[in-house]
Amino acid sequence: MAVPKVKVLAGSALAVFLLAACSDTLPQSTLNPAGPLARTDANLYKLVFIIAMFVFVLVEGLIIFFVLKYRARPGGRAEQIHGNTRMEIAWTIAPIIVLAIIAVPTVKVIWDQSGRPEGKVIDVDVIGHQWWWEFRYPDDDVISANVLVIPTDIPVYIRLCSSGSTGPTDPKTGVASGPATGQPCTDPASNLGNAVIHSFWVPRLNGKTDVVPGRTNTMTLQADEPGVYLGQCAEFCSWSHANMRFKVQAMAPADYEAWLVEQQADAVVPAPGSLADKGMQDFATGSCIGCHAVKGLETTSGAPAAAIQGPDLTHFASRDCFAGCMFETSTEHIKTWLKDPPAVKPGSFMPNYKLTPDQIDALTAYLESLT
Amino acid sequence: MATVATPHEEKRGFLARPGATYGFMSWFTTVDHKKIGILYGASALFFFFVGGFEALLIRAQLATPNGQVLDAGAYNQIFTMHGLTMIFLVVMPLGAAFTNYLVPLMIGARDVAFPRMNALSYWVFIFGGVFLYSSFLLGGAPNGGWFGYAPNSVAEPGLNMSYYAIGLLILGISSTVSAVNLAVTIINMRAPGMTLMRMPVFIWMTLVVQFLLIFAIPVITVALIELLFDRQYGTHFFDPGVGGDPILWQHLFWLFGHPEVYILILPAMGIVSEILPVFARKPLFGYAFIVFSGIAIGFMGWGVWVHHMFTAGLGPVTNSAFAITTMFIAVPTGVKIFNWLATLWKGQLKGGTPLYFSIGFVALFVIGGLSGVTHAVVPSDYQQQDTYYVVAHFHYVLFGGAVFGLFAGLFYWWPKVFGRMLSESLGKWQFWIMFVGMNLTFGPFHILGLQGMPRRIYTYPDGMGWDIWNLVSSVGALMVGLSAVLFAVNVLLTARKPRNAPADPWDARTLEWTTSSPPPEYNFEEIPQVHALDDFWHKKYTESPAGDLVPVVAGASDTAALKNGDAGEHEKGHGGGHGIHLPSPSYWPIVLAAGLPMMGYGVLYDWKLGVAGGVVLLVGAYGWILEPSVAEAEPAPALAAASTGSEADHG
Repeated sequence: MAVPKVKVLAGSALAVFLLAACSDTLPQSTLNPAGPLARTDANLYKLVFIIAMFVFVLVEGLIIFFVLKYRARPGGRAEQIHGNTRMEIAWTIAPIIVLAIIAVPTVKVIWDQSGRPEGKVIDVDVIGHQWWWEFRYPDDDVISANVLVIPTDIPVYIRLCSSGSTGPTDPKTGVASGPATGQPCTDPASNLGNAVIHSFWVPRLNGKTDVVPGRTNTMTLQADEPGVYLGQCAEFCSWSHANMRFKVQAMAPADYEAWLVEQQADAVVPAPGSLADKGMQDFATGSCIGCHAVKGLETTSGAPAAAIQGPDLTHFASRDCFAGCMFETSTEHIKTWLKDPPAVKPGSFMPNYKLTPDQIDALTAYLESLT
Repeated sequence: MATVATPHEEKRGFLARPGATYGFMSWFTTVDHKKIGILYGASALFFFFVGGFEALLIRAQLATPNGQVLDAGAYNQIFTMHGLTMIFLVVMPLGAAFTNYLVPLMIGARDVAFPRMNALSYWVFIFGGVFLYSSFLLGGAPNGGWFGYAPNSVAEPGLNMSYYAIGLLILGISSTVSAVNLAVTIINMRAPGMTLMRMPVFIWMTLVVQFLLIFAIPVITVALIELLFDRQYGTHFFDPGVGGDPILWQHLFWLFGHPEVYILILPAMGIVSEILPVFARKPLFGYAFIVFSGIAIGFMGWGVWVHHMFTAGLGPVTNSAFAITTMFIAVPTGVKIFNWLATLWKGQLKGGTPLYFSIGFVALFVIGGLSGVTHAVVPSDYQQQDTYYVVAHFHYVLFGGAVFGLFAGLFYWWPKVFGRMLSESLGKWQFWIMFVGMNLTFGPFHILGLQGMPRRIYTYPDGMGWDIWNLVSSVGALMVGLSAVLFAVNVLLTARKPRNAPADPWDARTLEWTTSSPPPEYNFEEIPQVHALDDFWHKKYTESPAGDLVPVVAGASDTAALKNGDAGEHEKGHGGGHGIHLPSPSYWPIVLAAGLPMMGYGVLYDWKLGVAGGVVLLVGAYGWILEPSVAEAEPAPALAAASTGSEADHG
């Protein structure tokens, strides 16, 4: 056998893997932790990785050694060994001991990470929609989407629930099923029409937890430093699963308090006669307000707009991405989106309203004014 | 089971029983376990290329950020079908090819216990596969993942996931029929003297797999029927709005799904356990430990399913308990690895392609086993669950493990099955290209997963840092594809060679090598008497007190004849099989099987078609019962009683 080849290959693969496994600076990497929970997860992985590497080198080394040493040779003798109970018991017990050692920190961390942290905690309800994330701050009366703003150094205790949408139409009746209402997690049974499972994951801040219709799972996030941390849905949820991304923006606690105050305010009302004002008229009289809430804006019948299907847009322009964070918030991207949403985001429940270029310009101006 | 058919019984039945055991049409009516094994193998290899093509499409799409090869809808169908194909239409039936072909030969029997049921299981399998793939032409293939998580699998519009539910139900029938048949065969039809602890390890692993199937398939069957009813008839098993529970699907699916992993890997472990001793020229190290660890895996495999659900929010008690069970299932697996290593120790390794793939199996399976242990570390798994790290893990287990083991078996038993040796040089080229390509394809997945790349995404943006490893992986996938093509070339070239393989080309240890290559229809002229584990080996060699091999002199003429490929003469000396009664071919298994996909289409399109399918199925079943026990052309089988072992007219 061409054994040196094996050696070189195994050696280089090992080296590459070890280098890659140390740590990195990538935006969504579990090996680049930015908070205590993710760091604990990464450290546990590294502990097991080192033990696994030891076994890996032992076993692969023995394979290479045996293959070299015991190649058939003329006149060579194969010793007829049928077994050795003592050796076999030894290599049954050895892994049991190693695994028992690994089990101890495993179980400890499972318990440490479960439940609500003690001390000062921020509560956030996270609602998974097809295919975007809604964030509600029940204590502060703030509703946001796509960008989750949190303070640094304070644990953020998250309740997860899955919201239905006006789901795919029934193939037999042609009727769209299940209206969704975007209720908070406390009322999970009210908005389950065609809700599916998602998984909420910010690799640099903690592992993932599934978002299961009918259940309220919980998890904790915590960030050390101000910054932006990427997140993504990790459970397959049909068409735009890959486009169900979000960002976590961590701020110093004082900045976070200021942000809350801004978000609690009603939406900006554009100057009468401006392009944005025309956009607001289109928004309120057209289809937009049927799905998107803008705090302070009323429908033609005088009712306040409630976010029924899509994200609350009250402070749309304060978020730096939209549509499941497929797009950075920019004039060009907003126009592309409004022109034909399903064309750029597969499966999008926001239909192509065939808006005219004038309407798109006006709506874009309005959306950009919603700081 | 043995019956003496009388001429009166021949008259029973309303269709003559087919008699031809050769020719094209005989493949549709055969009940010979060897031909059925070949059918299984050929079908599985065909689907291997289909599933491999789907894999290449996936790798083409993901080779670069913002890939444009497939759109989201097509990608979701392709990755779902890739998984379904490789699991249900490649690894399971390829395992079934080996078990069908080899079980009677390795236990010294003339056929399986129920030859017509054996044919039925094949035809149900192939119709199930065709049914699944017909969805591509009839509106769209399954697109909710092989794991089919509800409620997404319920909410998906179109019939895609209904094809999934019905297709897997049909395939489950095939597996159950086959499992009962093989379990009965192994338990009841071993040659005289072959006690349980004299059975080859491959037979032991096969037996464990059959029991896993018998218990696991009902679980997925329940889940699939509930899914089908939720989709087609408005039930709410998985609908939380009215008291159903999406987590119910996950429990049922993984309670099947984890034993399924062992259903896929244990046959390959059995194959490797046969090959290593032959090529090391020494006995398997710790036969009893390997057997009992296989049985232990069979039991413990039922207690780890929640490790697929650590992020589902089942709570710290559940997660802790299943973390511990998951860690400890690594123990019997580790035992096997060390026993295989010790089998090589102090051996004389003959470098044949089967050994290359077997050692490749051990080397790669270890990696999959170790990454499996990291999943048991729950908080670490919170990060790795549903990422490419998991994809890396199970491809090391199922490609590096199962597929390498199955290729080892293909090279090892090919001369027995077809009487022709596959090319060793092409085989070694295939091995090295597949080995390197496999590591290039799946090795980077570990890194990508740790770097935060989720599974089942049809695209990823620039700037995530995933570009390089995805590209490397796609290049590796092309190498794996090339290695598969080399195998196809090898098969085609070998088919043109003369049929000159000796009965025992590898100087092997088990009973199937005592008969000619390929074996006669009746397998053995005389049912062998078994005196020891590795009986055939002990007929050829004995051990000196120092533990050296000494060729047996007495009876050397027989073994020399076998080595030289003159088994035919050996057989002829005893009459060339005249007077051995074998079950006649039958039309009915394929007829009965054809009813199932018709009923499936009936559920999806028109109840009348379903009724027609039911009628076909019933006609098949009654034809089966009433069919004459032998072909009319065959003389009255007065000698039937003389044939011990296989008898099947009522199978």
